[in-house]
Amino acid sequence: MVPFFGWLAAILMAGGLYWGFFETPDRLSDQKEYYRIIYIHVGAAWMSMWLYVVMAAWALAGLVFQTRLSFMIAKAVAPTGAIATFLALWTGAFWGKTSWGTWWDWDPRMTSELILLFLYMGYMALQSAIDDPRRADRAASLLALVGLVCVPIIFWSINCPDPNECAALHQTSNPGGGNMEPNILIAMLVTAFAFWMYSFAAILMRVRNIILERERHTTWVNELLEEKG
Amino acid sequence: MFKAFRCIVMRDLTLAMRRRTDVLTTLFFFIIVVSLFPLGAGTEKMILQKIAPGVAWVAALLASMLALERLFASDFADGTLEQLLLTPQPLFVLVLGKIFAHWLLTGLPLVLIAPLVGLQYYLPGDAVVTMMLALLIGTPVLSLIGAIGAALTLGLRGGGILLSLLILPLYIPVMVYGAGVVSASAMGTDLQAYFSILSGFLILALVLSPIATAAALRISVE
Repeated sequence: MVPFFGWLAAILMAGGLYWGFFETPDRLSDQKEYYRIIYIHVGAAWMSMWLYVVMAAWALAGLVFQTRLSFMIAKAVAPTGAIATFLALWTGAFWGKTSWGTWWDWDPRMTSELILLFLYMGYMALQSAIDDPRRADRAASLLALVGLVCVPIIFWSINCPDPNECAALHQTSNPGGGNMEPNILIAMLVTAFAFWMYSFAAILMRVRNIILERERHTTWVNELLEEKG
Repeated sequence: MFKAFRCIVMRDLTLAMRRRTDVLTTLFFFIIVVSLFPLGAGTEKMILQKIAPGVAWVAALLASMLALERLFASDFADGTLEQLLLTPQPLFVLVLGKIFAHWLLTGLPLVLIAPLVGLQYYLPGDAVVTMMLALLIGTPVLSLIGAIGAALTLGLRGGGILLSLLILPLYIPVMVYGAGVVSASAMGTDLQAYFSILSGFLILALVLSPIATAAALRISVE
């Protein structure tokens, strides 16, 4: 399954970027070519939020059903989610600098994305700080659920009730609201989808490693190792 | 159930009264941190007035976090915590009792010392009252959320720093609005919305946090 997702991700990303670069206008208002960073920024940002929800869902499944695999999947999701969040913040900084003249702005969405990064870091830190894997899993899962409160705040922080109080860079949240040129929209959706496929591939590879590592004392793993030589 | 709550609160307060220094160190940490900023950032009145809410809240956060380790640590060390987990009373009541006692000892002094901060930072009288009220609503939230972190990191090496890493992101909304209300009060704008949202945080934390802390305790102790 991993190669399937891997190839899908690669093809979609290539296709999306190609479309994005060659089929769309050269200028968007006065942002010139820099707006194209949207192709990475939006995909990474959507993934960062979605992966946190996925992680919390698997954490909940693990706590409720007491299944080890759920915890392993949650543990595998965390680094990918953290990378996505970091990418979103970093590409956002570049976009901000080139288009609006500032690297960072402290508007609600940016700040809550930063908090999301801290939540991911906290999850990974707690897991690695506890030696006993069972206790580590369950503690970190509880933390993930507590942090789940933050994700809706990011998602809806865009629709701030009082526009005068809310800040600059992310103004409205309607991607298809008719304002976006179709070519750009398609390219953006394709690259976002490609990010999603990449997440699948990376997470599945990682969970495979985690399973092998945790079950290394079992016979099936030893047999597998012997086969490999 | 209420008797259990009262019993836990009385016990914790009695234990703390026997070691008064623990309580006072938290308070003095807050005072020292608050006093450090003017020394570092310059004593110009305009600047200090602007940064006062933020500084007071950050200091409150840090003081609260330092005190949190003591919430469960001593009970964990001598086995009382396990006994608490085994009682027929609902664990969240006992946890709420411990958090309440902890707040009385660490959060409430901060509220009472807020006028001193106002004095050092040249805050107008209205703003000082607002700050006291905001801290009064906000510090219990800090204790409640912090208790979850304290329960999760019970007995871990490197626990203090890890606790900070886990808890500070969750503290941020409280701090944003807590500092915001004091700034707004200094500028004279309407405070209703800020207090509503701070109270909302308090209610949410009061309801959800003891349950989460109880679950975390069971995970950490088993």
